[in-house]
Amino acid sequence: MVEAVPAGAHRQSLWSDAWQRLQRSRAAILAASLLLLVCALALVGPWLSAYTVAQVDWTQATLATPPSFANGHWFGTDANGRDLFVRVWIGTRMSLLVAVLATIVSVVIGVAWGATAGYLGGRADGWMMRFVDVLYALPYMFFVIILTVVFGRSLVLIFLAIGAVGWLTMARIVRGQALALRQREFVEAAIALGLSPATIIARHVVPNLLGTVIVYATLTVPQVILFESFLSFLGLGVQEPLTSLGRLVAEGALEMESSPWLLLVPSAVLALVLLCLNFLGDGLRDALDPRQRR
Amino acid sequence: MTAEPMLRVRDLGVNFATSQGEVQAVSGVSFDVRAGECLAVVGESGSGKTQVLMGCLGLLAANGMARGSALFAGRELIGATERALNQVRGTGIGLLSQDPLSSLTPHLRIETLLIEGLVDRGLATRAEARERALQALAEVDIPEPAARLRQYPHELSGGMRQRVALAAALMCAPRLLFADEPTTALDVSVQARVLELLAGVRDRGLGVLIITHDLGVVAGLADRVAVMYAGRIVETATTDELFSAPRHPYTRALLAAVPRLQGDAQARLVGIAGDPPQPSARPPGCAFAPRCERAVAACGESRPELTQCAGRSQVGASDDEASLSLAARGVPITAVACHRPLRAAAEIV
Repeated sequence: MVEAVPAGAHRQSLWSDAWQRLQRSRAAILAASLLLLVCALALVGPWLSAYTVAQVDWTQATLATPPSFANGHWFGTDANGRDLFVRVWIGTRMSLLVAVLATIVSVVIGVAWGATAGYLGGRADGWMMRFVDVLYALPYMFFVIILTVVFGRSLVLIFLAIGAVGWLTMARIVRGQALALRQREFVEAAIALGLSPATIIARHVVPNLLGTVIVYATLTVPQVILFESFLSFLGLGVQEPLTSLGRLVAEGALEMESSPWLLLVPSAVLALVLLCLNFLGDGLRDALDPRQRR
Repeated sequence: MTAEPMLRVRDLGVNFATSQGEVQAVSGVSFDVRAGECLAVVGESGSGKTQVLMGCLGLLAANGMARGSALFAGRELIGATERALNQVRGTGIGLLSQDPLSSLTPHLRIETLLIEGLVDRGLATRAEARERALQALAEVDIPEPAARLRQYPHELSGGMRQRVALAAALMCAPRLLFADEPTTALDVSVQARVLELLAGVRDRGLGVLIITHDLGVVAGLADRVAVMYAGRIVETATTDELFSAPRHPYTRALLAAVPRLQGDAQARLVGIAGDPPQPSARPPGCAFAPRCERAVAACGESRPELTQCAGRSQVGASDDEASLSLAARGVPITAVACHRPLRAAAEIV
């Protein structure tokens, strides 16, 4: 039989427990620190430079100048003579913004849909998940392209389009978990107490699957960044003079032979962000579910 | 105590649709629970005793179907809508389940678990509900209730958790308590404490329906006992009557299988030979016949109905007060479903 913790003793909640385990994972902490640094640069980076995002530096001998500390273009300038340092951080800002907002959209819709389907079970579950299957079957690249063509290109539309596509997998994962939780005795106890299904889902079911949701969300963020980059690469994403990492990579790829830094710098930042998010996601998964640790 | 039963179950059946076809887990179960009375349903695993409770509360698994009738305070529970059931669950009938470790939601504080039933229904404000919760914890002997409210279930010991679960089941002031093997997962010393608390609940005038396979629990707590075998009630009697004069061979075999403190320490424990029949392949006659020492050909052919017989107190063989008072109110003392019951009461005299 388990010994009772004395009433006044220090209480350790699930979250503080997970936080302690996360701190023990060196890779996750390093990833989180680097990510914070990138976020900070994305926020304040553009002000560190003397140039602005759309400003063309006519004083240089050529438009695309290589990186140099002497002239203040730390990452060089692009083919139009604009400062790459400023543009990279503006692009990072935009990519992260799209990623975070789209992930939030997909988490909210996915969790609500999946938890409801899994908890209700039976016929309701069947219909709700068939709807997800149908959406899955649509080639989502076409879906997004049609959306942007019909409604014109706007930032909000990109968030919505990516989020609307991203929630499907989240709903499936959450539904599976909710289906298992529904069989647990504490859910039965909650039903026997006469609580409404909405209360049971919100209070007894969803908090129990937040661990999975957080982990999957951190793994969704890089997917969304890549997807946005892909859209931008196709010319469907963020519009000039704003930019995103994907756009910068696309433009850099055009000048790859004459000015390699235009490709290398944004690619390095993109790779760093994605790598950090994946490491952080792995660390969170281990921290929130110690049973899965190797 | 009123003679009018609080819960009146008639001909309750529970079926499950499985890949092997329809399986009858429970059939033809009838019993009454009155206010201030404790009815124990006894039977081995798989005899369908838990499904009786689940059927009454509408908590059957998705492939389960309940038939028959279960009237609680004049309301029909079988086939009732979720909305109607939710008016009975918690406020009318409280449920105390078997495993206190898994019946309390792990990430919620004790306070939330206790007050949610009241607050969500708008029966009390948070502050009022908190007061009630403190009182409820004190009633189940939880020390330092105010500090316990802020703790999580995993910080409590097993016995304490079961007492918290009992407090939670009683928070909305139900009139009937269903206890599904409430002591199975607990230490013996803690079991005794939980049983005392349940006896206290009954003495406060609540009806208690307890499911158990522990005859010790029955002897100490129950006023009446229903013995289930293979989804049917085979014998029902007052506790005194059942222990002193079991009628059904299965009941007698169960009682004989209880280890005893007195007597020969070297004596082998008596078991019941064979296994209970699979729910999908029950014999056409008496389900116990294949394992029964007294079985004759007729036992395998037709199923015996539950028939009343005269109790020992009714024929003057016993002056058990509880039995006499029940008999005076017209409650049957004993009934058995067997073609060849053990000695009838008249023979005992």
